[in-house]
Amino acid sequence: MSINLTATPSGWGQAGRRRRRPALLRHTQRWLRGLLLPVAGVIIWHILTLVQLFPAHLVPPPLLILTDILELAADGALFTHIAVTGWRVVIGFALGAGCATLLAAIAGYSRHARDYLDPSLQALKAVPSLAWVPIFILWFGIFETSKVTLIAVGVFFPVYLNLLSGIDGTDRKLVEVGRINGLGRVDMVRRILLPATLPAYFTGLRAGLALGWMFVIAAELMGASEGLGFLMLDGQMTGRPSIIIAALVLFAIVGKLSDTAITAVSERLLHWRDDNFSLQEREHA
Amino acid sequence: MLEVRNVSKTFGRRQGQQNNALENINLTIDTSEIVSLVGTSGCGKSTLLRIISGLTQPSAGAVRLAGQTVTGPKPPAAMVFQEPRLMPWLSARENIRLALLHQPWRQQERLIDDALAKVGLSKFAAALPKELSGGMAQRVAIARALARKPSVLLLDEPFSALDSFTRQSLQDHLLGLWSALNITMVLVTHDVEEGVVLSDRVVSMQGQPGRIHSISEVTMRRPRRRADSQVQALKETIIDGLDLTASPKVATAEDRR
Repeated sequence: MSINLTATPSGWGQAGRRRRRPALLRHTQRWLRGLLLPVAGVIIWHILTLVQLFPAHLVPPPLLILTDILELAADGALFTHIAVTGWRVVIGFALGAGCATLLAAIAGYSRHARDYLDPSLQALKAVPSLAWVPIFILWFGIFETSKVTLIAVGVFFPVYLNLLSGIDGTDRKLVEVGRINGLGRVDMVRRILLPATLPAYFTGLRAGLALGWMFVIAAELMGASEGLGFLMLDGQMTGRPSIIIAALVLFAIVGKLSDTAITAVSERLLHWRDDNFSLQEREHA
Repeated sequence: MLEVRNVSKTFGRRQGQQNNALENINLTIDTSEIVSLVGTSGCGKSTLLRIISGLTQPSAGAVRLAGQTVTGPKPPAAMVFQEPRLMPWLSARENIRLALLHQPWRQQERLIDDALAKVGLSKFAAALPKELSGGMAQRVAIARALARKPSVLLLDEPFSALDSFTRQSLQDHLLGLWSALNITMVLVTHDVEEGVVLSDRVVSMQGQPGRIHSISEVTMRRPRRRADSQVQALKETIIDGLDLTASPKVATAEDRR
């Protein structure tokens, strides 16, 4: 007795095609849904300032904030501030994530190296990152180096910890498939270990990036002549809450954009995942 | 020829307790023979298969494959596990390629096409594991194991997670490949009937540490049917021989390796 093993894949890859909406429309719809809450918030805020529930010199109306942003944009200062802050985050992030990736890879690969590395790194993790500020200023001065170093320290730990736990969590069963098929070291890393650790790595990178934005503020508040953090400090000194709020809004936008970028990359690289989220994505497609 | 000589396996001490998984196993398996290892859970049959594969080292004794002592996984032996163990990030095609990396690219492509065709999954070459059913995924795993034409195929309960239709067709399929390719097969199963239907000899194991309890020759002509009275009789004999009242031990993580 034999059962036909060569059945055609009827319907495979076709599921739900009938009610599939164009990709662009779907994306726009989701985008609009995400925008609903902030827009509603701004409208309510505007109404509250109109009825003068809060004193206008403390809680400026949204329109004033928009005017301030446009003014800053008009003389080009806005872009300088964003670029300076963004650049600090990029450099600090690259430095922190780079070091974290290297050290986690070493500690994950060799138990021996981990015995030397990990206890010290875990101890350093216990130091609140902002506690480095005084010594960094003393060592590196108040200019770029100390800021970038502080951001790098903030980015380092989430990336290191997530990558290491990703390496540790690699499914032994999959590694055995590599062993039984005689994979060499390079193939084992490239085809099995690296993809297996990628989800945890991206979790670390996202968390690291969020901390990067957090630390750039700390760095800029401790002394800067440019950047979004400086803008906030300037607003505080000159008694203009609209500038402070404008900087907050810009932070939210730039931070969200950078997170979106990293998520887009991770979704591309991790499209193979069979998790609940991607299942919902497919079913709603 | 595959020889298992005086193999014992003890897993590491834990709180002063040693876990003896296997004791003094001796078994010789001829070329192109199909041998099933059956026994109660925790009797070390999977451990024995892992030792044969080279994934686990014996504490004492040795396994020799074609005259050479096995010290680690070797190309002539391929293994299919209880789960498909496909890399979720690789398509069916790329999963099979894992077994063929030492070959030139063109050869790889040809062997992959062959292997996929043999398990009837040519149309799914580009599919990711998440897009395959359990039975299809296991077929890809079998295709991967057979792709580089091993001389020994080790099967660790490969059908246990499948529905009976898929199981039946895969078993038929495997027997077809076996008669065409002349491979030696060692099958671990908890299904004695499956062992009788498929193999030339059924080795029943028992105890803790596991020992070989008895070896039954199966002389019936193939193809054998499960419902066949001779199959049923031999199955009864083997099960009766096993002491099922022997204290079942709680399986530890080590046992499931």
